[in-house]
Amino acid sequence: MRVSLKWLSEYVDLHLPPEELAQRLTMAGLAVDTVARTGEWGRDVRVAEVVAVTPHPNADRLRLATVDVGGGERHTVVCGAPNVAPGQKVAFATAGAQVRDGHSGKPAVLKPAVIRGVESAGMVLSERELGLSEDHEGILVLPAGAAVGTPLADVLGDVIFELSVTPNRADWLSVLGIAREVAALTGVEVREPSLAYEAAGPPVKGRAKVEIEAPDLCRRYLATVVEGVKLGPSPGWMQERLVALGQRPINNVVDVTNYVMLEIGQPLHAFDYDHIAGHQIIVRRAKDGERFTTLDNEKRALTDDMLVIADARGPVALAGVIGGLESEVTERTVNVLLEAACFAGPNIRRTSTALRARSEASSRFEKGLPPELAATASQRATKLLVEVCGGRALAGAVDVYPRKERAARVEVTRARIAQVLGIDPPTAKVREVLTRLGFTARWVPPDRYVVRVPYWRPDVRIADDVAEEVARIIGYDQIPAAQLAGSVPAPIPQPLRDLRERARDLLAEAGMQEVITYSLTTMELLARVLPKEDLAIDPPYRVVNPVSAEHEYLRPTLRASLLQTLASNLRYQEGAVALFETARVYLRPAIPPLRDGTAARADRPAGEDALPVEREQVCGVVSGRRPDRWGRPSAAPLDFFDAKAYVEDLLHGIGVRAEYVAAVEHGMAPGRTAELRAGGTRIGVLAQVHPDVAAVFGIEQDTYLFDLTLDDLLPHASHRRTMRDVPRFPAVEQDIALIVGRETPADDVRRAIASVALVRDAQVFDVYSGDQVPPGKKSIAFSVAWQADDHTLTDGEVAKAQRKLVERLRREFGAELRGG
Amino acid sequence: MADTVPHLRTEALAALAEAADDAALATWHVRYLGRKEGRLTGVLRGLAQLPVEERRAVGAAANALKAELEAAYEEQREALRRMAVRQALEGGSVDVTLPPRPRARGRLHPVTQTLRQMLDAFRSMGFSIVEGPEVELDYYNFEALRIPADHPARDMWDTLWVDDGTPRPRSLLMRTHTSPAQIRVMEQHQPPIRIVVPGRAYRHEATDTTHEWMMTQVEVLAVDEGLTLAHLKGTLLGVMQRLFGSERRIRLQCSYFPFVEPGAEVAMDCFNCAGTGCATCHQSGWIEMGGAGMVHPEILERMGIDPARYTGFAAGMGLERLAMQLYGVPDMRFFYQNDLRMLQQF
Repeated sequence: MRVSLKWLSEYVDLHLPPEELAQRLTMAGLAVDTVARTGEWGRDVRVAEVVAVTPHPNADRLRLATVDVGGGERHTVVCGAPNVAPGQKVAFATAGAQVRDGHSGKPAVLKPAVIRGVESAGMVLSERELGLSEDHEGILVLPAGAAVGTPLADVLGDVIFELSVTPNRADWLSVLGIAREVAALTGVEVREPSLAYEAAGPPVKGRAKVEIEAPDLCRRYLATVVEGVKLGPSPGWMQERLVALGQRPINNVVDVTNYVMLEIGQPLHAFDYDHIAGHQIIVRRAKDGERFTTLDNEKRALTDDMLVIADARGPVALAGVIGGLESEVTERTVNVLLEAACFAGPNIRRTSTALRARSEASSRFEKGLPPELAATASQRATKLLVEVCGGRALAGAVDVYPRKERAARVEVTRARIAQVLGIDPPTAKVREVLTRLGFTARWVPPDRYVVRVPYWRPDVRIADDVAEEVARIIGYDQIPAAQLAGSVPAPIPQPLRDLRERARDLLAEAGMQEVITYSLTTMELLARVLPKEDLAIDPPYRVVNPVSAEHEYLRPTLRASLLQTLASNLRYQEGAVALFETARVYLRPAIPPLRDGTAARADRPAGEDALPVEREQVCGVVSGRRPDRWGRPSAAPLDFFDAKAYVEDLLHGIGVRAEYVAAVEHGMAPGRTAELRAGGTRIGVLAQVHPDVAAVFGIEQDTYLFDLTLDDLLPHASHRRTMRDVPRFPAVEQDIALIVGRETPADDVRRAIASVALVRDAQVFDVYSGDQVPPGKKSIAFSVAWQADDHTLTDGEVAKAQRKLVERLRREFGAELRGG
Repeated sequence: MADTVPHLRTEALAALAEAADDAALATWHVRYLGRKEGRLTGVLRGLAQLPVEERRAVGAAANALKAELEAAYEEQREALRRMAVRQALEGGSVDVTLPPRPRARGRLHPVTQTLRQMLDAFRSMGFSIVEGPEVELDYYNFEALRIPADHPARDMWDTLWVDDGTPRPRSLLMRTHTSPAQIRVMEQHQPPIRIVVPGRAYRHEATDTTHEWMMTQVEVLAVDEGLTLAHLKGTLLGVMQRLFGSERRIRLQCSYFPFVEPGAEVAMDCFNCAGTGCATCHQSGWIEMGGAGMVHPEILERMGIDPARYTGFAAGMGLERLAMQLYGVPDMRFFYQNDLRMLQQF
């Protein structure tokens, strides 16, 4: 919403400087986004009349406009605007004028120019070039009454507030509503616009009929009739005000309806009375499939939940949204039927959204306007029609108001105000504030106010609404800051969250960089890392109105996002790169199969179990070369075991002992893929990314990835650490090398060794396969620490135990002592 | 039996002075003090053969010499050790200005770091951290928060709708704020309630330097007896002072959100210019933090909480905007571009 202070000052005296007023309004809930002064263009921008428009000799898109600036001064300039036409009053700048660049919007000084071979000594300006708005579609057309040669500042000089109006305050979408707010904040009176007019004709009742068939969607409908109007441009003052608020003047009748809408907030519609069949208005639901052409020349198919204004033949307007082409006011119109009605907000919103026809009218109706407003607006607009368009008003109005509503009354205790606000303003203050806002507030001792709400404030319904009114006018800054007291509630345990945060810390401590990537991605990217069959059977969830095609699908995996992020960083990172993210993935819930074995998906209920399954995932990628002493990339590339180190740092930190089992995973390199298991269940994967997959991301070097599901890790995670005795007797350290089959997992052998009672620890320290061992075999070297809890082991004891161990390994793994 | 004590003393001490390394020292010790072959040991062993009248005097002298030689030996050994250390250091001084050995630097994302700071502040005031689903039902995201379908306030949250298999999907959505967790918590818990809900939120919004379609939000909810707008103010003030310094002030201005009454926009005075106006705060002196207010009594009532007895406050804040302030990041889009050259600065 825009408001002109010039117009505003008609209803309320403005004592404060504009910036201070803007600040006060903003603090009270009516946010002023910008304060713009118009009229600082100097004497080089003047009102001119376009006297001729001819084609540009060298350019199809450009034209030459000859303008008259008075006193015999004429200029012919190049003009690119499509809307320039002879007879228009326009804003004309001569060289030296302070204007804005039409493209950049930056201030500029106008210089004479030669455009496509034609000299141009001035410029017809757009709103953007004048700094009035962003509109650069065409030139600004001034009211016809503007005097040629006067400085534009004298015509348009004003202060314009650009306001953000919250959806609860339809009354602020009007100059009068804003005036009421200013009055309440600054303690002055409002001058209401005058409504009285002289009715010269017979009563309307005999000339028009109104019937409301859908009282649930139309609470009130008023019709007045003005006969013998003379169509033409509206007066200059009215056009100026409309232009100042961003509304283009059309003709005097339409301008009056728009003017009253901006002035008091009620949208109105003027029909050509003679095009209303039977002079009968029927407010009804549309019939399903009913067709109707709106005044923007769109043929619209209606549904039975839309409200129309119809005559005896059919629809003449889409109620509260847009008028019909046939009943539109044209230059041939003589008699006008003026509609002022109260339509149900949600219905108007649904209709205007469905038909993509949101308008100034619908955006007011959808917020819920009071029925009383329609009556006020009906009188005001009829009065202005008579004054501005000539003609005579028929007496009275047809006013159909099936269920008259009483003014809302709210009881508010003094204690409630204090209970909500934390301050206890004196009763005199509360009553003063409410009275200034147009409420009547009666103090009923000992403890309460009875508040009558003015009709333009349907948003105030309960005691807390009244409390807010008191607070915002007194000022939220009057409310002190208080510390929380009282008992602290029992904490709500969030073990999965705790685990995730621990994982973040552990991976960062281990040297990985956290990234945060978008939750929505493309099917193409997902198909790089997931099997196409899976994507077909269990398609990822999709956003139907994505911000861009890049962000359409809810990701069921983090892998693609991480690889993409890695690839973009490898362009300028030469050394080691290790990234991780913890985030949700979104999966289709497992659906219990129906009796015939198929899974029903389409008819799932829209309840809690329709939600995707969200799982907490932690995914990391590792690639590049190890740094040398100086931090520069060495020749040694990071490998599987660097990635495994990160995983182990994480798992150790959360108390999980995982098994690594050679596995096959889509998109991962065969023979370099491990499935991680804890307690026998899968918790994730660690692998080299298949070079073909990496290449699709533009990654040409070995890349390792891990992907763990925290939900699956949670049951195995533990904070608990129990101290074991520190050994009191020395250990005997021994190295043994075993020859085993090539495919034997080293850790299986290691665990077998470690399980021997006298072995305190066993670690792999070398693996060899080659000439020194038989084909198909490898040698694994273990360092074994032998130790007893209760005495120092003798050489003989160790030798005996080792013989038993080797014997056992021979049985279990076919292992032979190397060189033994 | 040639050795006499004085003779042996002169010779041993002279030889000791000659011993210039550990090996020579060890040889010396064996020669003079060794248990088997040591010359002094020989003297002591030979005492038995001496006449009784000499035995006593020679024995005392020999024992005294033994103590003396042992002490001299230790002294010489220590002198050699000190000399060796001195020589090692002299030969191997380091240039202390050289760079350290590199270690992989891991960092949390700046948004995570900001979030941690904020959550720590709330936790210290007794708030529990709770999370909720990112894909929500219309009911939790809107309806239960007093934003029914066809309500004009829906325009305040441009929504990404998730395909639910219907022709015009309107049941599943990417949550536009973390406020739905308010409802989910009040369904399960009775007052007193103190929770903060961090998490990702999504809007159908064009991106620019201060807008992203994906953002991190923190929702705050407290419900108890005696809570007022003043407690809302005090709580948010406390958190912002923890993050941005104890001299920070906050400002509430009236605003409208259907799930609170009274409603407010919350701003903090700019920590960069302390409210006088600078580039950080776009000359306004204030930095917007988010929306807040007293929980609408109808919501409490619907959740089975008596609104006459209990009151509550709620607030929702965008993390990225605070992180921008905290780290001087000029463009919100930098956060999710994940350029390591940017992320590793924090």
